[in-house]
Amino acid sequence: MPEGSLCNKTPVDTMEQLQALLSDRRGVTYYQEMDQLDVNKEALATAIQNTCKSRIRTWLEICAHCGLCADACPYYLVNDKDPKQVPAYKIQSTLGEIVKRKGEVDNDFMQYVMDTAWSKCTCCNRCGMYCPFGIDMGVMFGYVRGLCFAQGFVPWELKIGSGMHRIFRAQMDVTQEDWIETCKWMEEEQEDDWPGLKIPIDVENADLLYTVNAREVKHYPEDLAEAAILFHIAGENWTVASEGWEATSLSMFAGDWAACKMQVETVYDSMKRLKPKRMITTECGHLYRATVLEGPYWAGYESGQPPVECIHYVEWVAEALRTGKLKIDPAKKIKEPVTYQDSCNYIRNGGLGDIAREIISYVAEDFREMSPCREHNFCCGGGGGLNGIGRYRPQRDKGLEIKRDQILATEAKIVIAPCHNCWDAIRDLEEVFHIDISWTFLKPLLLSMVEVPEHLKPAED
Amino acid sequence: MYQFLTGPLLWLSFLIFFIGLIVRVVWYVRGLNWQMDRVPYTKHVSHGVKGALRSIFFWLLPFGTRRWKTRPAMTILFFVFHIGIVITPIFLLAHNIILRERWGISWATLPGPVADILTIGVLVSALFLVLRRVAFSEVRILTSAYDYLLLAITVAPFFTGFLASLKVADYPFWLYAHIISAEIMLIAIPLTKLSHIVLFFMSRGQLGMDYGIKRGGMKGRGLAW
Repeated sequence: MPEGSLCNKTPVDTMEQLQALLSDRRGVTYYQEMDQLDVNKEALATAIQNTCKSRIRTWLEICAHCGLCADACPYYLVNDKDPKQVPAYKIQSTLGEIVKRKGEVDNDFMQYVMDTAWSKCTCCNRCGMYCPFGIDMGVMFGYVRGLCFAQGFVPWELKIGSGMHRIFRAQMDVTQEDWIETCKWMEEEQEDDWPGLKIPIDVENADLLYTVNAREVKHYPEDLAEAAILFHIAGENWTVASEGWEATSLSMFAGDWAACKMQVETVYDSMKRLKPKRMITTECGHLYRATVLEGPYWAGYESGQPPVECIHYVEWVAEALRTGKLKIDPAKKIKEPVTYQDSCNYIRNGGLGDIAREIISYVAEDFREMSPCREHNFCCGGGGGLNGIGRYRPQRDKGLEIKRDQILATEAKIVIAPCHNCWDAIRDLEEVFHIDISWTFLKPLLLSMVEVPEHLKPAED
Repeated sequence: MYQFLTGPLLWLSFLIFFIGLIVRVVWYVRGLNWQMDRVPYTKHVSHGVKGALRSIFFWLLPFGTRRWKTRPAMTILFFVFHIGIVITPIFLLAHNIILRERWGISWATLPGPVADILTIGVLVSALFLVLRRVAFSEVRILTSAYDYLLLAITVAPFFTGFLASLKVADYPFWLYAHIISAEIMLIAIPLTKLSHIVLFFMSRGQLGMDYGIKRGGMKGRGLAW
């Protein structure tokens, strides 16, 4: 059977396809069909021919096989230094073979490639920092994911995820109506405590255009309320977009480049339509990576820059604290030992390590760095989509051990994790290992210690 | 024999070496694509150049990067090996004498004992590079016969040259072996992964530009390699 009804080379573009996939519990049928899926060898060879150019070919060729990348990889370290987890081995035995064999590979091989690309690499890009040649295997596995996706060898959840983006322009089934309703609902919820608080929709020429992750809307709408309260306290002239409000990209994790382009263009269109001074993201790492760092290339902007200047939430927080828009009550600073989870996507790959430390200096008295930290930090264990893939849950949980040990070594009780994937991974880590820590985004933390100007407080009855 | 080896064959070897490396560099640069690589190479030039230079500089500096600091033994092996390979043949007195005889040009030369130490350094570090390929599972899994062949091609001119310079026994044999092995090396460089003598700079520069322009270089202090 070349193409399954669920597992096939066709991306999900309709509600029917999406429903069919969703009703296949845990993707059981999907993965059964995958065992029968044919590899389109010509298409694979053509894709390699057209897209695997000098950068990646050189990386594959000049790799000196020195093994210096081995201990850069958290999966190598956490799996008892299994040589099969050496990044160079992982990429040579997958992409290296596909290129060498000019696409002449079979189903078993493609399943090995898929398992490697999604369960042994979170595209954290740490190995690239430890290779003398600068061979970035995270970048290459991102590329491999694209090859896999085109051939239909993609984890069930990510096929669904990229389908969500294609249908809803959001990573979950949240429609524009759901979104606007949630904004109104959250605004109403705050009426009593925060008189005058607004969640302004589609205001042109605002200072800030706020973009979110659909799971906030669907699962924790209070995050949106917290964002609104902090903007309200800071006196920001901000807005959200009714369309193009969601800036994440599970399609990036899936390697569905066409969906990446569709998704990011809706966000860029909202920027062009509303002409804000700046766009600000919520506390999400891959959202920043997708929409701010990678998106311009998907959309074809030669400058590599989005239509307006974009900042991560942590940049806004640091700025608000620095300029006094937000003032912290010194008595409410965290007294307990606290540590910070450096997100690969905006710290290693976004250069915001100092910004994160600046925030910490305002909110915590006893800050403990993880070791290693900043650009050299390990992935939380859930990056690259791994958090959400049932097939690889054991591998994901194993990977969490390295983060557990890093956190334990700091003796911190609180982990500040302004990234959805990191936050989830650390929550799951606590569920799996019970090490008695708490974890938090910045928004609730700031709300617990910010000084509220008198004029914003509700009038006494 | 000597005339042929150091005449037409040497010319041919150098021709393949230089043209091959130029082709490698040209092919590399032409194959870069801003959209597929997701790096705007020709925009934000000052950030790009700065990122590339930083990336190359810190990795050429012994203990200049976190990798070099956390693996001191490998760092020493690596630099002893590479410094010996690059410096010795270029500044060797014997090579300079030949150059002066043929073309009337020459440049600074190394004192004999220094050249000897550098050469021995190459040989000893090569031995350790072989040993770590055998001993460490993370290197063993990556290693194939090809890796040993390339190491042999690289080390052979140093081994034979060193023995020839000692003039202990059978000088002509070691001299010919030295010339032939060096010519094999020159030819092999552009045709194999030894091409990293130029592609190192390309690849390091490329990742440096990636970080310098896109991945935080325009916001942070620049990546601490």
